[in-house]
Amino acid sequence: METSEQNTPTMVIRPSSRWRILPVVELWRYKELFYFLVWRDIKVRYKQTVFGASWAVFKPVMTMILFSIIFGRLADLPSDGVPYPVFTFTALLPWQLFSLALNTSSESLVNSRGMLTKVYFPRVIMPTASLLAGLVDFGIAFVVLLVLMAWFGIIPTLAIVTLPLFLIFAIATALSVGLWLSVLNVRFRDVKQLIPFLTQFWLFATPIAYSSSLVPEKWRFVYALNPMTGVVDGFRWALLGTEGGFGPHVAVSAVVVVVLLVGGLAYFHKMEKSFADLV
Amino acid sequence: MSDAAISIEGMSKRYRLGQFDPLKDLRDVISGVLTAPFRRFRSKERRAQSHAKEGEFLWALKDVTCEINQGEVVGVIGRNGAGKTTLLKVLSRITSPTEGQASIRGRVGSLLEVGTGFHQDLTGRENVYLNGAILGMTRGEINRKFDEIVDFSGVERFIDTPMKRYSTGMNTRLAFAVAAHLETEVLLVDEVLAVGDYEFQRKCLGKMEEVGRQGRTVLLVSHNMASILNLCPRSIVLEGGQLTMDGPSGEVIESYISSGGSAEAQANWPDPESAPGGNLARLKSVRVLSEDGTSGSDLDIQKDILIEIEYWCVKEGAQIVTAFHLEDQMGTRVLASSAMPSANLADDHWWNQPHPVGLYKSVCRIPANFLNEGGYQLNVLLGNNVSSVEARLDQVVAFHLFETGGMRLERSGMVEIGGKWIGVVRPKLAWQTEQIEESNARDQSHLDASG
Repeated sequence: METSEQNTPTMVIRPSSRWRILPVVELWRYKELFYFLVWRDIKVRYKQTVFGASWAVFKPVMTMILFSIIFGRLADLPSDGVPYPVFTFTALLPWQLFSLALNTSSESLVNSRGMLTKVYFPRVIMPTASLLAGLVDFGIAFVVLLVLMAWFGIIPTLAIVTLPLFLIFAIATALSVGLWLSVLNVRFRDVKQLIPFLTQFWLFATPIAYSSSLVPEKWRFVYALNPMTGVVDGFRWALLGTEGGFGPHVAVSAVVVVVLLVGGLAYFHKMEKSFADLV
Repeated sequence: MSDAAISIEGMSKRYRLGQFDPLKDLRDVISGVLTAPFRRFRSKERRAQSHAKEGEFLWALKDVTCEINQGEVVGVIGRNGAGKTTLLKVLSRITSPTEGQASIRGRVGSLLEVGTGFHQDLTGRENVYLNGAILGMTRGEINRKFDEIVDFSGVERFIDTPMKRYSTGMNTRLAFAVAAHLETEVLLVDEVLAVGDYEFQRKCLGKMEEVGRQGRTVLLVSHNMASILNLCPRSIVLEGGQLTMDGPSGEVIESYISSGGSAEAQANWPDPESAPGGNLARLKSVRVLSEDGTSGSDLDIQKDILIEIEYWCVKEGAQIVTAFHLEDQMGTRVLASSAMPSANLADDHWWNQPHPVGLYKSVCRIPANFLNEGGYQLNVLLGNNVSSVEARLDQVVAFHLFETGGMRLERSGMVEIGGKWIGVVRPKLAWQTEQIEESNARDQSHLDASG
């Protein structure tokens, strides 16, 4: 109220369908809401469960054990010279982040119908916040991985400094897919039915239980169109020193993510104004 | 630049009617993407197409132009579906207008509902922060006002208890308390004052008056004319999405009420497809009749009034119940009634029973010589099994009761002001007076004085 006439912000409302990618200034203004939504999602995730945050450990560990028995022992899949449990757990880290994001981000808009129809905020906050809340699980699982690596006596190489890059890569991948699915879910609730199937399919299209070196060389570029292959190979390279890293395949994955992400943001902002009418 | 805080120019908003068809929509999206490069050549065809579709649309707002100055508190009046909420939604950027534009100077806070985003698993304290952030407050602001908010809500003892343990009343109190401390330059408020118990409502009204005095710009939607008169020096009326009146609240409300007010004596929905309701029941009509069968909005105060609600049961076995709220023309709730056995003088054997699919009619009789003279309006509710509301229509029908001489008094002023009985109701009650004792009144008073 004490603001002078000149700096009172004026907002113009018009029927615009302008293409926007990322309204940075506006997002900055809503950073507090963003913070609180992430905080809420973290607080609420394991409310009223007996095991609480231990679930963040159980889920990847159980999957790791299952994969180690079936794919490591029974199928005897190669694991690039790394003990199979560590090999698969390293991949499960970004995968859990991704699959959680697939589930929570895609539902985020529909689940917050009450907010969408009653208050304004940059809608893109919603799927992003539910994605970032998954980082807590990631952090917990990461500690488990370090323990596991110590147990097997694996010392990471200097490449570990690039891990944050691959984490950002993983987040970008999850966000790009989450954005598309969240918008589509507002219009077509088929998305909800699609997600479990998609998650399962994607799990096996990503080198988690197996090594991407199993894929014939001539198909590697096609294979890399699934950006999660780049993410997983990157994680293994950074942590375990396997092959991959900043190779041409990762570049293909990165390009796919950038295209998906920019397209997703543009589509999201294009549709944003009709969410309240459609949800 | 003028000192208008809100200026709206030719604002229109169109909604699509009828069932949303995902398959058709998917086709539209896909063909839209595929034909985007060729759109230039197809524009003529597309225009023809959209013209044909015009009938499927509803203009919730039509060419609304209005200026609201810095510091003005303006009431928005109109019946259901007149576009009041749509106006607020467009101004708060929840939905975008189809045509026209508006500009708003200053930070905008919108209260279309209180307690938006409350999470039942979080504690009261956590929800104050969450809800505050959702309404646009910063953490610092909430920190500063936290004690005040909790104090206002009156739930300090439970502030660290998860909200799911709260009663509905406590929930509402905390929600309003947060909302009441929102300090934006522009405030858009939709019917949120009608919450909580009487005492709390008064507190909220007090808070709103305070807000009005702080020089902030407020747009307040309400069905309650008394609170509009109380809070807003100026009011606008929306009818069918169009702005039809604008001026000092007193004048606007008077001519709004005298122009038939908000509704007619009956409302019909001939088509069950588009009738209000849900998957279980649809409303067909609501009518107000006099006991002699005459319909119309002017009724005789000395005759019984019949409220007729017709509805379709569209799902076999649904347990459908009906109810209504009666309001006077100032928006004060006079009574609420439903057919539940404990509140029913007659016997209604369909109450809460599984209904076979079909058309039903519930009739409620309000006795003659009970309501006072004046205008009334009905909110009708159609529910399933008392627990869930399928349809709620506010101010769906209105009627006016006229004094026809049954209880005329001489101008005594004892029970009557200006020819009208004092009070919300005007019942004929049983009175009897008898003499208890024979004594000398003057002696009695003498004794009292000395003793």
